[in-house]
Amino acid sequence: MISATVHTTIGNIGHLLVIVSFVASIIAAFAYGKASLNNEIGNTDWIKFGRASFWTHGLAVLGTAVTLFLIIYNNYFEYHYAWSHASKDLPVHYMIACFWEGQEGSFLIWSVWNALLGFILIKTNKKWEAPVMTVFALVQAFLASMILGVVIGDLKIGSSPFLLLRDVMNEPVFLVNPNYVPEDGTGLNPLLQNYWMVIHPPMTFLGFACTLIPFSFCIAGLWRKDFKDWIRPALPWTIFGGVILGTAIVMGAYWAYETLNFGGYWNWDPVENAVYVPWLVLIASMHTMIIFKKNHTALKTSIVLVIATFILILYATFLVRSGILGNTSVHSFTDLGLSGQLLIYLLFFLVASIAIAARVWSQLPTSDKEASAYSREFWIFIGALVLCLMAFQVLVPTSFPVFNAIVEFFGGVSSLAPPANQVEFYSQWQVWFGIGIALLSGTGQFFFWKKMDKEKLKSAMTFPVLISLVISALIFVLEDIYNPVYIVVLVAGVYSVVSNLKIMLDLVRSGSYKLTGGSIAHIGIAMMLVGIMFSEGYSRIISKNTTIISRNFTEEQNTNNVVLFLNDPKPMGGYSLLYKSEGLKAEGIPGYVKKSWLDNTENSHYKITRADIVVDGTTYAQKGDTLYFRTPENTYHEIEYTSLNSGKKFTLFPRTQVNDEMGQTIVSPDIKKQWNRDLYTYVALQSDFDDENTVWSEKDIHTIRPGERFFINDYVAVFQGLERLPRVNYLTMGPNDAAVKANIEVFVEEGEKLYLEPKFIIKDKNVGRPPEVNQEIASRVTLENINPEDGSIELGIETTQKDWIILQAIEKPQINILWIGTIVMIIGFIVATRRRYIEFAKMRDKGMA
Amino acid sequence: MKKSSIIGLVVIAIAVAIIISTAGDASSYVTFDEAYAMAANGKAESIHVVGELKKAPNGQVVGVQPSEDMLSVEFILVDDNQKEQTVYLNQPMPSDLLKSDKVVVIGGYKNDMFIADKVLLKCPSKYEETSL
Repeated sequence: MISATVHTTIGNIGHLLVIVSFVASIIAAFAYGKASLNNEIGNTDWIKFGRASFWTHGLAVLGTAVTLFLIIYNNYFEYHYAWSHASKDLPVHYMIACFWEGQEGSFLIWSVWNALLGFILIKTNKKWEAPVMTVFALVQAFLASMILGVVIGDLKIGSSPFLLLRDVMNEPVFLVNPNYVPEDGTGLNPLLQNYWMVIHPPMTFLGFACTLIPFSFCIAGLWRKDFKDWIRPALPWTIFGGVILGTAIVMGAYWAYETLNFGGYWNWDPVENAVYVPWLVLIASMHTMIIFKKNHTALKTSIVLVIATFILILYATFLVRSGILGNTSVHSFTDLGLSGQLLIYLLFFLVASIAIAARVWSQLPTSDKEASAYSREFWIFIGALVLCLMAFQVLVPTSFPVFNAIVEFFGGVSSLAPPANQVEFYSQWQVWFGIGIALLSGTGQFFFWKKMDKEKLKSAMTFPVLISLVISALIFVLEDIYNPVYIVVLVAGVYSVVSNLKIMLDLVRSGSYKLTGGSIAHIGIAMMLVGIMFSEGYSRIISKNTTIISRNFTEEQNTNNVVLFLNDPKPMGGYSLLYKSEGLKAEGIPGYVKKSWLDNTENSHYKITRADIVVDGTTYAQKGDTLYFRTPENTYHEIEYTSLNSGKKFTLFPRTQVNDEMGQTIVSPDIKKQWNRDLYTYVALQSDFDDENTVWSEKDIHTIRPGERFFINDYVAVFQGLERLPRVNYLTMGPNDAAVKANIEVFVEEGEKLYLEPKFIIKDKNVGRPPEVNQEIASRVTLENINPEDGSIELGIETTQKDWIILQAIEKPQINILWIGTIVMIIGFIVATRRRYIEFAKMRDKGMA
Repeated sequence: MKKSSIIGLVVIAIAVAIIISTAGDASSYVTFDEAYAMAANGKAESIHVVGELKKAPNGQVVGVQPSEDMLSVEFILVDDNQKEQTVYLNQPMPSDLLKSDKVVVIGGYKNDMFIADKVLLKCPSKYEETSL
């Protein structure tokens, strides 16, 4: 047992900072609220006070974050948060990821973004500062309360990340030694040890934080009865939030695609849906705000959508963090007992914003004139409606667990389960909405000039329609597309790209680069639609074959997998596949080290090599060296693909991960990227020779003299001699104990060698013969006996079925169009954000905002 | 009729259609007997049954039988009413099947046999452990 210093000061500082940030945010809300209610003359002092309080709050939040990071960075495992989320084996970038692995840290990063955005708003706004910051400070008070960690009687408010392990756990070790500090933490979940974990969560929370800005402006406008002006400062932030949240969603999708094995980038998991829904509504609100700026209609719709976006973000937070999703999601957080608090948070802002809007609803200016069907605004409005319906369709089934909970709360019984085939269920609706969006975004652009009629429209549209039909026809022929829905998707997508491209070129020609954001973003969206259609609609399992699934079934069934035996090539989908080895990733050595070359030690991170490790002529390690493995739970399977047509070869390394933290084996694909498709390969199941299902042959005993050649499972082997061992792993040797190993060299495929070292151990007059298992040659050998007179040994040899893996390979055509489309969309959004911000800044400097 | 009223009606119609379609496609958690009855009524797919693997008195899982070519597996599931049912899964054995606490099978009865298209495993996770 190790006694170390328990660093209590840093935790106390952290906790104090959380309390300061909480109190300061309430004071800021009060002061800014007073300032909003006072007239022009009376409010300067309140504004100054509010500003100082918010700065205090924000700096305290930043300080909290720094403190928590220092606890993780310095491996202070006396803290529960560091112990349960970090470990010594992590590089710095994963220490950053540890920060938001837990709920408390992710609330904190959200709060940090809000604070930073708050600082920017204080700097950039004049007239709106007081009411907007009132809302901001209130939201921050709620967020700070989530990590407050204060207990009043039976009431627990928030879960502090600064709790000491000994205060959280009821372990006897702390009674004996209250200063006990665990040597290592339990670490960041290996599945999350991925660069996306470093960048995706903060991006998502920045997106969340951005939705607060338009919401605050909207509430401020309604509160101050300044119904129109709030839109101008809010709009650039809405667009900015749209690009951040949209990018975060696609990043999550890409992460899922390349690491998690959903078989695709989007699985309609409730956690994915929970963010997709508010993003769609946010995009809808962005469009209605643009309409309002143009012709002062759609104000009420904008207000409803802006509020809905923020409430849906809170709802998403509630879904993901309250544990209510339970079995329906692969990646929800564990419940921290904050569900009640989250529910209050959600309901407070829901009720408050409805009340504030209802109070002034009848006074809101409306326009009686009907928008003409030939106006741009009319079609943008229809587009916004389609986006809302799109969101509604996803929201309803995602809310099933909430529905079940509500029914049960009132004593009823409800056991609605999500649709069994989620992908098909959602896609059948979303694809038509997607087509609608593509057509509208293509057509809406032609109404750029206000005075449009049937004739002008016809002449403007003829050219793009013709071009897109020609392009689509070419693609049909080249790609053999016969599914009618996909044909419609393709035509709509190409049409949107062509018409938006035309508008964009017209704008560029007239020098209006600043205005091209919308058309660029629409091109990106349409490309994404086409990319999704190809990669999902024409996703093809190329490892298909037929088999009889059970003795009880006589008919053949299709199966999507193939079995590959080690070193035994098998044809599949135009390739010959060869499973060559299993490897581990050693620190400082390129590629992978063969598992059969490595000996385990007490610490799974350190293994001893049985052969020299040479890569491309450089020797990285010599026989007997100890190598360091940062992630020993990951096994990489080397699979060589040889094209049957061209003879070209490439190698993929799909991964399997024994994830103790999740109690599961996680498989991750390896992806061969080609310009027109991805070849996605993963190992569904691997043989495990320690498994009780492994059937071994009867033990064959051979007597072998040093230097003699013999066979193990049809491989030639040589007994090199015996070697005395000074020590054996896991054992302490006494003076009368002894251990010997037999060095056996086996010649395997491609002139390679592997080494078997069965041991014979005498300990306390008992004999131990630990078997030596080798997957590569599917054998288990034991050193049964040693004959000291001639140095010969008796070797027990058992064999089994060769090492195998079950593999699935999927082709995803044209997936690059999706990723390129995403980048184009992001560029469009950025151009649009800049334009709207400049508009706002000009008006502000004229004293109008 | 005003254009906005027409648009409103269309939106409401689509929303209603969404709700109806969702209600129609939603599945629910049932027992094997209920699933069997549903198959008799023509619904033989996408039924969720929750259960545990059959265990011998010593806690050992029994009845898990991978096929010869290992590409599929059959196992015995005991549902909440203690009914035992052999389930056929046309997929390689999920690697953590034997370790799982609870198993959700999604599929339906065909010719008196339960064929699962998908299984979901609830595994004991160390993540939630609160001991050192």
